[in-house]
Amino acid sequence: MNRARQFGTLIGLVALCFVLWILTPYFLTVSNLLNVAEQTSINAIVAVGMTFVILSAGIDLSVGSIVALAGVILGVALRDGQPLALALMLTLAVGVVCGAVNGLLVSHGGLPPFIVTLGTMSIARGAALLVTEGRPISGFAASFRVLATGRVGFVPAPVIITAAVYVLAHLVLTRTTFGRYVYAIGGNEEATRLSGVAVRFHKAMIYAVSGLMSAVAAVILTARLNSAQPIAGMMYELDAIAATVIGGTSLMGGEGTLAGTLVGALIMGVLRNGLNLLGVSSFLQQIVIGAVIVVAVLLDTVLKRKHRA
Amino acid sequence: MSAQPPALEMRAIRKAFPGVVALDGVDLTLHAGEVHMLLGENGAGKSTLMKILSGAYRKDAGEILIDGVRADISGPRDALARGIRVIYQELTLVPQLSAAENIFLGTLPTSGLGRHFGLLDRRTLHAQATRLLEDLGIAIDPRARVGGLGLAQRQMIEIAKALAAPDAEAPAAKVLVMDEPTSALTTREVEQLFSLIARLSARGVAIVYITHRMDEVFRIGRRVTVLRDGRVIATRDLDTVSVAELVRMMANRDVTDHFPKVPATRGPELLRVDRLSRSGVLHDISFTLHAGEVLGVAGLLGAGRTELARAIAGADRFDGGELRVAGTVARFRTPADAIARGIGLLPEDRKAEGLVAGLTVARNVALPHARRLARWGMLSARRETDLARPIVGDLRIKATPTQPVRLLSGGNQQKVVLGKWLAGGVRVFIFDEPTRGVDIGAKVEIYNLMNRLTAEGAGIIMISSELPELLGMSDRVLVMHRGRVQTVLERGDATEERVVGAALGLDPTVRLKPETTGEGRLKPDTTTEDDPHPGGVAG
Repeated sequence: MNRARQFGTLIGLVALCFVLWILTPYFLTVSNLLNVAEQTSINAIVAVGMTFVILSAGIDLSVGSIVALAGVILGVALRDGQPLALALMLTLAVGVVCGAVNGLLVSHGGLPPFIVTLGTMSIARGAALLVTEGRPISGFAASFRVLATGRVGFVPAPVIITAAVYVLAHLVLTRTTFGRYVYAIGGNEEATRLSGVAVRFHKAMIYAVSGLMSAVAAVILTARLNSAQPIAGMMYELDAIAATVIGGTSLMGGEGTLAGTLVGALIMGVLRNGLNLLGVSSFLQQIVIGAVIVVAVLLDTVLKRKHRA
Repeated sequence: MSAQPPALEMRAIRKAFPGVVALDGVDLTLHAGEVHMLLGENGAGKSTLMKILSGAYRKDAGEILIDGVRADISGPRDALARGIRVIYQELTLVPQLSAAENIFLGTLPTSGLGRHFGLLDRRTLHAQATRLLEDLGIAIDPRARVGGLGLAQRQMIEIAKALAAPDAEAPAAKVLVMDEPTSALTTREVEQLFSLIARLSARGVAIVYITHRMDEVFRIGRRVTVLRDGRVIATRDLDTVSVAELVRMMANRDVTDHFPKVPATRGPELLRVDRLSRSGVLHDISFTLHAGEVLGVAGLLGAGRTELARAIAGADRFDGGELRVAGTVARFRTPADAIARGIGLLPEDRKAEGLVAGLTVARNVALPHARRLARWGMLSARRETDLARPIVGDLRIKATPTQPVRLLSGGNQQKVVLGKWLAGGVRVFIFDEPTRGVDIGAKVEIYNLMNRLTAEGAGIIMISSELPELLGMSDRVLVMHRGRVQTVLERGDATEERVVGAALGLDPTVRLKPETTGEGRLKPDTTTEDDPHPGGVAG
């Protein structure tokens, strides 16, 4: 059934591409498709972390703010002339720490994920603004920017990074004890605890993974814009949750795949790109995208109900 | 009274759930103003019978007459409209609202212009509530917030709510059902409740009163009906029957069930529980478990059996006493600690606590062992399946290792939960209601498995609400009553009467204990609701 569900999402993506191809022939050119893939990469990576969290029956609203905070830390480190490797490590560490704090408050503090990450959303954003005094940090060395501008053959670097993240995360989710516990915690936390699994530790880890993914996205975003902006990443939580849920992950936890999330992120990306190509105003775009999210989930719910009946 | 038809007559009521007949030709007659006690062990059919009366379940056969007129109760609303009111163990009040608002929640009065906007008419509301409460002799301010009231007062409000007409057309309450209403009350509060019951009875309301407390039975009841295994054993006037007779009626049964018990050779001590206490729940529990034996744990719902199991298995903390595993003190902070010391828990509610429904059979079985199976954190599907396959075969689980467990039947699901602990390391098995909702074939397989485990040197603590199973499979039976060990009976001494008597708090060897001691009573047990599986063994 899960496989059928994913197939359905894939058909949705193909159908969307087909419609756009008819409406605007430019859509189906290699350069545009690579453009879509590149634009999608950041949301796709954030959505990996979101998928881990939602699979465990949680939610992470702080991803966008963590992207901003990790990004400006990266910007400051590079501006101050730190070696690239150190700056990158520092950035990823910021993401992991922010995520781990979320996780510890959820797992050991027993607070609802919604509230904890809502708080972090504001705190991380404020910290990003504080660090930069509200101003973007711009102009980085080419050796760093290559992370966004580089190409392997004709494939942009962000797409390569995204692919690597997905392969790795997929292996973690399907082949490791940690991945198994993610599904088990989301499916039945008490049964998992009674099975002797260190549930609290793994819950904290799950949020740390989400923080890490936000930091990876921050690296690509900063390199792409050649600028670290404290107001970056606004509404990223919406896109990431949408990609995850459109991709078939259950908000109740325990069910879903990263393949689904990737397709979900591509649907979001293709939709944005297509609306841009069609010259739809950005105001109207927001309405369309919001509607697509609701309709996709409604369709899913209705089909599931039918399946059960 | 004989000239008048009975207020309620239930005739030859039958109700079956898949795999079990919950009610088999039950008759119950109530006269106006009568307080009728309904007695029976857990699973005897009391709750099912009352749910049929309240319209929550449809009966399979039989008929119901109200005031001599045939009544086909089509659902809860219909039952209300016919004057049948049920007060369940869990109260259904909204604590943030006032007493008056709670009582008339379904029919909040509006008036004047405000009627069109749903504007609440507070004056009428309070007048109505005041009238009703005065009428019932309940001294509670209708404006009081329910959250601020004591348990007994809330119970009174609940009764007032039940007696208030659900809508304008409904008749006043004719039949009132109360399910263990005193389980959370203190002695003084019980007295308040009893005087209210007396007043209701005096004005002609027929009352069905379900309880496990013998003193209450004789104190307020006029007649008593004893149910056992879905049948009426007897309906008697209470001045013609003794406590001992009632206990015998509840316990005795045809011992046709066969249990494949293999008597144990008692080995070394595996587990010693010493003065284990958890405030308000468990008091000074001490016992030992030896290799090769099955220790049965009996008790009523709310006696603390599940809480004891969870405390030993590290699932809940306890605040006094200690555990010794194979002679050394064990301090468990999590279930993982208990498992590391060889203690495995088969939880009471397998869906909520035993299984991850979306995962496959193999992955559920492997869940406690995932760490051990993994290399560098990497799991291999092959190793999980290799671990699970012999267990699936051994327990004759009718499924493949790669099937999601949610597709399995109850018995097979239960075997999967069992299978989790068979893959090694566990020497003390705690089985909480291991055969609940399981068909007879799977039951026997589970019993055989228990024999094999004890033969291999394991010890088993088996909590069960099924007396024949307890007596049939246990080497010793520990009986709990209100969070304490009432008695421990050797296999030869454990008769149905003794176990039931001890579970009711009676101690035949010492003295008849007074029942309403007030303080130190257990709260209603939220983890062990009566009849948690409407599709399985029904109460």
